[in-house]
Amino acid sequence: MLDQPNKTNLIDIHGVCRSFPKGSGEALLVLENVDLTIQSGEIVGLLGRSGSGKSTLLRIIAGLISPSSGAAKCRGEAIQGPPNGVAMVFQSFALFPWLTVLQNVELGLEALGIDSAERRQRAIAAIDLIGLDGFESAYPKELSGGMRQRVGFARALVVHPDLLLMDEPFSALDVLTAETLRTDLVDLWIEGRLPIKSVLMVTHNIEEAVLMCDRVLVFSSNPGRVAAEYKIDLTHPRNRHDPAFRQLVDTLYARMTQRAEPKTQPAGHVPGAGVGMVLDHVSSNVLSGLIEALAAPPYNGHADLPVLAGQLQLEADEILHLGEALQLLRFAHLSEGDLVLTDAGKRFAHLETDARKKMFAQHLIDYVPVMGLIKRVLDERPSHTAPAARFRNELEDYMSEDYADETLKTIVSWGRYAELFAYDEQSETFSLENPN
Amino acid sequence: MDFRIIRAPALQQALRPNIWDIVALILVIGAMVLIVYGGEQTTLPLSSLDVAPVSLDPIHLPFYALRTTMRMLLAIICSTIFTFVYAALAAKSRRAEMVLIPLLDILQSVPILGFLTFTVVFFMNLFPGNVLGAELACVFAIFTSQAWNMTFSMYQSMRNVPKDLEEATQSFHLSGWQRFWRLDVPFAMPGLIWNAMMSMSGGWFFVVASEAITVGNTTVTLPGVGSYVALAIEKQNLTAIGYALLTMLLVIIAYDQLLFRPIVAWADKFRFEQTASGDPPTSWMLDLFRRTRALRALTLPFAALNRTFSNLRINWPAKPRPETKSGPPSRLLDAIWFLLIAVGTGYAALRAYQYLSASLGLSDVMLAIGYGLLTLLRVAVLIALATLIWVPVGVWIGLRPKLAERIQPLAQFLAAFPANLAFPVFVSLIVHYGLNPNVWLSPLMILGTQWYILFNVIAGASAFPTDLREAASSLHLEGWRWWMKVVLPGIFPYYITGAITASGGSWNASIVAEVASWGNTHLTAAGLGAYIAKATEAGDFPRVVLGISVMCVLVTLFNRLLWRPLYAFGERRLRLG
Repeated sequence: MLDQPNKTNLIDIHGVCRSFPKGSGEALLVLENVDLTIQSGEIVGLLGRSGSGKSTLLRIIAGLISPSSGAAKCRGEAIQGPPNGVAMVFQSFALFPWLTVLQNVELGLEALGIDSAERRQRAIAAIDLIGLDGFESAYPKELSGGMRQRVGFARALVVHPDLLLMDEPFSALDVLTAETLRTDLVDLWIEGRLPIKSVLMVTHNIEEAVLMCDRVLVFSSNPGRVAAEYKIDLTHPRNRHDPAFRQLVDTLYARMTQRAEPKTQPAGHVPGAGVGMVLDHVSSNVLSGLIEALAAPPYNGHADLPVLAGQLQLEADEILHLGEALQLLRFAHLSEGDLVLTDAGKRFAHLETDARKKMFAQHLIDYVPVMGLIKRVLDERPSHTAPAARFRNELEDYMSEDYADETLKTIVSWGRYAELFAYDEQSETFSLENPN
Repeated sequence: MDFRIIRAPALQQALRPNIWDIVALILVIGAMVLIVYGGEQTTLPLSSLDVAPVSLDPIHLPFYALRTTMRMLLAIICSTIFTFVYAALAAKSRRAEMVLIPLLDILQSVPILGFLTFTVVFFMNLFPGNVLGAELACVFAIFTSQAWNMTFSMYQSMRNVPKDLEEATQSFHLSGWQRFWRLDVPFAMPGLIWNAMMSMSGGWFFVVASEAITVGNTTVTLPGVGSYVALAIEKQNLTAIGYALLTMLLVIIAYDQLLFRPIVAWADKFRFEQTASGDPPTSWMLDLFRRTRALRALTLPFAALNRTFSNLRINWPAKPRPETKSGPPSRLLDAIWFLLIAVGTGYAALRAYQYLSASLGLSDVMLAIGYGLLTLLRVAVLIALATLIWVPVGVWIGLRPKLAERIQPLAQFLAAFPANLAFPVFVSLIVHYGLNPNVWLSPLMILGTQWYILFNVIAGASAFPTDLREAASSLHLEGWRWWMKVVLPGIFPYYITGAITASGGSWNASIVAEVASWGNTHLTAAGLGAYIAKATEAGDFPRVVLGISVMCVLVTLFNRLLWRPLYAFGERRLRLG
C-alpha cells in the first residue's frame, strides 16, 4: 500500500532519517527509517519517550526541519518549508503576548493575505467554535493555561488546514483542564464541526493516546524508530474504565517498557566502553522515595506501572524515567509493564542514610561506567582533581551537547549524594576532597 | 458557524468628541507648531547666528530649550532607525555579524565628544554656510551617545526570540518582513525602550556639551541651553546659570511625563511573560489619550497603515538562519569574506599609521598613555568613593519602600540631568578659593554619573526578598556580617549595572570636566580628557585621534578585565530569583 500512488494520502513519509550534529562534530541519529502515511479522516498518535524523535518527525511534517534522507511528501509533493494546509498547535502555546486573542487568531490569515473583512469573520467563527466567546480582546497573559491553548487551537483551525499537527498540546496543562479540552476536541471532531481532515498528535501520555486516536505508533528511542502500530477501534466517546480501554493501556505500557537495547549510542570503534550512556537527571531523593514506596505495602516490591503512575500522579514518561534509573542501578527491573524491586533494592529500603549512601556509591561504580571512570581518574592523579571538560569531551563523542550537559548534571548530583567525589561549580573541577 | 461581525471598540462610540479630545488636541497641535517653528530656524544661513547671538535674557530660554529638545528628538529618531537596520543586519546575516558586533563594541567605548571633533568639520563642509551643518553635527553627537546600547539590546533580543514563536511564524507562513514587525520588533521592544531611556539620560549631557564648541578655526554656537550656559560662563553670570538649571529641570520633567512615561506604559504589553505580574506602569498622558474618542478614531487610519506596512509581502531573507538548509555554509565564500575584512582592516591600519606617524612620535604616544593612566586613576578613585557613599545610602533607602518610592524618581532624574550645566557653580567656587584643579576638578567627572549607582542600589535593595531579611534577623546576623553575607551579595548584580554605567559616563565626562573656565580664568587638570579637549580646541587632529584611541583602548580593557567578569559573576552566582 505504501508504494501505491494513492491520492488520498495526506502525508507520505518513507524511509525518513534525521541526524543532528553532535558536540564532537559527527552526526547523531535521532530518527531512523521511519515510514508513515496519514489519510483523510483519522487521528494518528505518535507515542514515545522523550528523545524518541517523535517531535522531530512532527517538525519534518510541519516543514520546520528537513529529513537527512528519505522522502517526506504532503499530498504527493515533497515537503519544502511549511506546506499549505498544515497548521500546528504547540506544547507551549506559542501565543504572541503582545497580540490580543483576536489578533493572535487572525495572524495566520494575515500571512495568507486574506482581506480584513473575511479575516475578522473567520477568526470570530473559530473563536466561537473553540469556546472563547467574550475573550476576543483579552491578552494571553490574562488567560488561564487552558484558555490559552484554546487560542492556540483557534489560531490553527482558522486557516482551515487539512492536517492539524499537535505537539503534546495538553502536557503543559493541569489534569482537569487537559481532560476538558481533550473531550471538547473529540466531541467537535466526532460531530464533524472541525474544519480539518486529519490530526497528527505527539504525546507521551498513554491514556491520552488511547482516548483520542484511531491509530497509535509507538516509538522506541535512540535512535527513534516505529516499534509498533496499534489500531484503536473503540467507539467515541471512550470510557477510561472500560476493560477494553484498560487492556489497551496496559499493552501500550508493556510495549513502551519493552526495550532490550540499553540507552547507548552505537559505540562504533570504541567497543563496549559504556561511557557513552545518556543519564537522565533524576534526583537521588526521588529514587530513594520510590524504592521505599515500592518496598512498602500495597506493592511489597512489585508494582503495575499504570497503577503506580496513577497513585504517584506521574505521567507515563516520568514513571518510566524513574524505573529506568532504578533498573540501571540494579535496584529494580522493568518487565511487561511492571516494576519489580531487586534484592539489593529491598535491602536499600531498610538502610539508614549513611549505609544507603555507601550502597548507592558501590552501585554507581559497578554499574555506571562513567562514574567508575571518573573515580579511577581521580584516584590515579596525584592532585586528585580533574576538570569536568575532560569527561564532557569524552561524553560528546557519543552524544549531543545537550545530552552531555544533562548527563554531567546527573553525574555531579549522584556523585555528591554518594560522596564519591566533590565538584566545584566555579572552576568546573571534580576532586576527591570533601569540605569537612 | 457564526458569521457575526464585530466592530473595533473605538468605532462603536461614533465620533462624538469628549473633553479629553480637546485637551489632547491642543497638546498635539501645540507640539506640531513648536516642531515646525523650531525646524524653520535650522535652515537659516549661518550668518544669522551672528546677527542674533545667544543672549542671556531669560526670556529667550524657552526658545533655547525648544531647540535643544528638538535636537534630542531628532537624534532619538535617527538612533531608532539605525538600531532597526543595524541590529537586523547583524542578527540575520552571519557574515555581517562577524564584523558588525565587534565594531559596535568598540564604538561603545569611543568617547562621544571625540566623535564631535570630526563630525563638526565634516557636516559644516557638507552644508557650507548653513546652520543645518552645525545642527547635524550636534544631532550626530547625541546620536552617537544613544545608538550603540539600543542596537546591542535589539540585537540580543533578536537572537533570543523564543523558539516556539519562531516556529509559529514559520508554520503560519509569515514572510521575513512580517516576521520582523510581528515577532522581532515587539519582542525587542521592552529592552529597546529601557535602553532608549538610558540613552536619553546620557543624551542631555552631550547635547549641552556640543551646542557651543570650537574645533580649530571653526566655532559654532547653536541657540540652545548649552550655548546659553557657555555664554554665562564667559560673562561670569551665576544667576543666568540658575535660570538655565531651572529650564533644564522643567524640560526633562516634561520629556519624561509627555513622552517616555506614555511609551513605557504602552509598551508594557510587549513584556514577554505569560502571567500578569505586579503593578503595570501607568501614565496620565496615555490615559488621557485612551480616554479620547475622536482622536482615537483619527489614529485608526495610522493603525491600518501600520498594519499594511508590516504586512507588505516583502520577502527579503526568506528564512533567516534556516535550520532546513542542509550542509555547512560555503567555505569559499567565508574565505573571500575573511580576506576582504583582512584587506580592509590592513588598509585602514596603514592609513592611520601614515597619518599619525607624520606628526607624532613615540614620545607623544607615551605622553597620551601617561595622561590616560592619570584619568584612569581618577575614574577608579571616584567610583570607589561614590560606592562608599551611595551603597549604604541606597540600601538604607531601598529597604524602606515608602521612602524608596519617593527617592527613586529623584535619583533617576538626577542621572538624566546634564551635570555639565552645574559645572560653572563648582568651578566658580574652585576659582574663588584657589583650590588645586588637579584634585578638585575631578569630582565633576562623577557629578552626573554617581546617581546611576544610587538608583540601581535602591532598586536592588527594594527587590531584596523579605524572607531572606527575616531569616537574617532571626539568625541574629548584624553589623559587618549582615552587610557582607546578606545585603551586599543580594544587591551586587544591581550595583555592577550601575557602576558600569557610571564608569562609562565618567570617562566621557572627563573631556569636559578636566578643563574648565570661569570668565577669563582657565583651569586644567592633567589627564587624557584635558589632552583631547585641548587638541580639539587647537584643531590638532592627529592628537585628537591619538587621545581618543588611547581612551578607547583603556575603556575597553577596563570593561573586559574588570566589569565584565564581575558582571558575569554577579549574574551567575548572586542573581536572586
